[in-house]
Amino acid sequence: MAIEKYEDLNSVQLDVLKEIGNIGSGNAATALAQLLSRIVDMKVPEVCLLDFQEAMDAMGKPETLVVGILIRLSGDVEGIIMFLLEEPFAKTICTTLMGDHPFSLLELDASDMSVLNEIGNIMGGSYVNAIANIANMFIDISVPAMTVDMLGAIMNVPVVEFSQVGDKVLMITEQFIMDEVEIHSKMLLIPTVDSLETLLGKLGVC
Amino acid sequence: MEKIIVGISDVKTCTGPAEIVTYALGSCVGICMRDSVSGVSGMAHIMLPDSTAIVTDSNKMKFADTGIELLYNELIKNGAIPSRLTAKIAGGANMFGTISNTMNIGERNVEATKKQLAKLGVPITAEDTGLDYGRTIKFYSEDGSLLVMSSLKGNKTI
Repeated sequence: MAIEKYEDLNSVQLDVLKEIGNIGSGNAATALAQLLSRIVDMKVPEVCLLDFQEAMDAMGKPETLVVGILIRLSGDVEGIIMFLLEEPFAKTICTTLMGDHPFSLLELDASDMSVLNEIGNIMGGSYVNAIANIANMFIDISVPAMTVDMLGAIMNVPVVEFSQVGDKVLMITEQFIMDEVEIHSKMLLIPTVDSLETLLGKLGVC
Repeated sequence: MEKIIVGISDVKTCTGPAEIVTYALGSCVGICMRDSVSGVSGMAHIMLPDSTAIVTDSNKMKFADTGIELLYNELIKNGAIPSRLTAKIAGGANMFGTISNTMNIGERNVEATKKQLAKLGVPITAEDTGLDYGRTIKFYSEDGSLLVMSSLKGNKTI
């Protein structure tokens, strides 16, 4: 079946995408747990097909200050991986790796920024490697780009990009929880429509 | 005072005193337009520059050209006089620097916005556009002031 728009996906294909999210983010969580020597839990991934406003709202309040790390995928799968970290999660990472120090997203120093960027790189790489392996594909990832800003303005980037091909965006979302306390972060895989067909085809559900 | 929230790819107008808000503009552009005498005001929140580049799309509020025209027509329907309309614009950032958007949507949105406002003959009296940070904007229909808020760069009224 040809997939021309996200709405064409059937329930089996959506389940497969959820499993892809599960495998990718499981690998990313393991990488983070090893780096930090901490327990990193995950929730069940969600696959959502949302209109723009819903996509912006689904991640949280638009003005929440977050770290956004953006990685571009190219090769057999094209799309975006977006890693969204709220302050407590970013703080735990930085203080675990760099020792206890004052931490605020409003005044990030250069070493904290490079730590977070590298964590994004490692987690993005782990996520993509897992998918590339199971689907036997080649997926290249860009150097991560990072910014600290309002959640809504950061989510603007993938939403606007996908707005050029329709009125919906497909997001495979995973939530990470650290140390069994309520420290959350989210990782999103947003594939292009064309890539979905390739990916699902390789996995035999297209 | 009435509070009106404008979503992403959305247009809203008012005839009485109101605070018109749109949250967290990234590369999107918020266009505020007001009749300087009657105070009839409105805001458009556009995502993309050009509706003619995407032929299949019927969502007028998504694009600078059609979205601004829609806002303009709505205001006139509500009694605004074209010659008294002025505009303030904000947004059009490039959120992640170079890799985020090879096509530089933010800059193109601002360009298309200015082009469409010029075409409609609506002068821009103030703008806060470009750079690399998000903006929440609040437009006050009573005096036409526009509050631009950023998490890291502070607030300003233009």
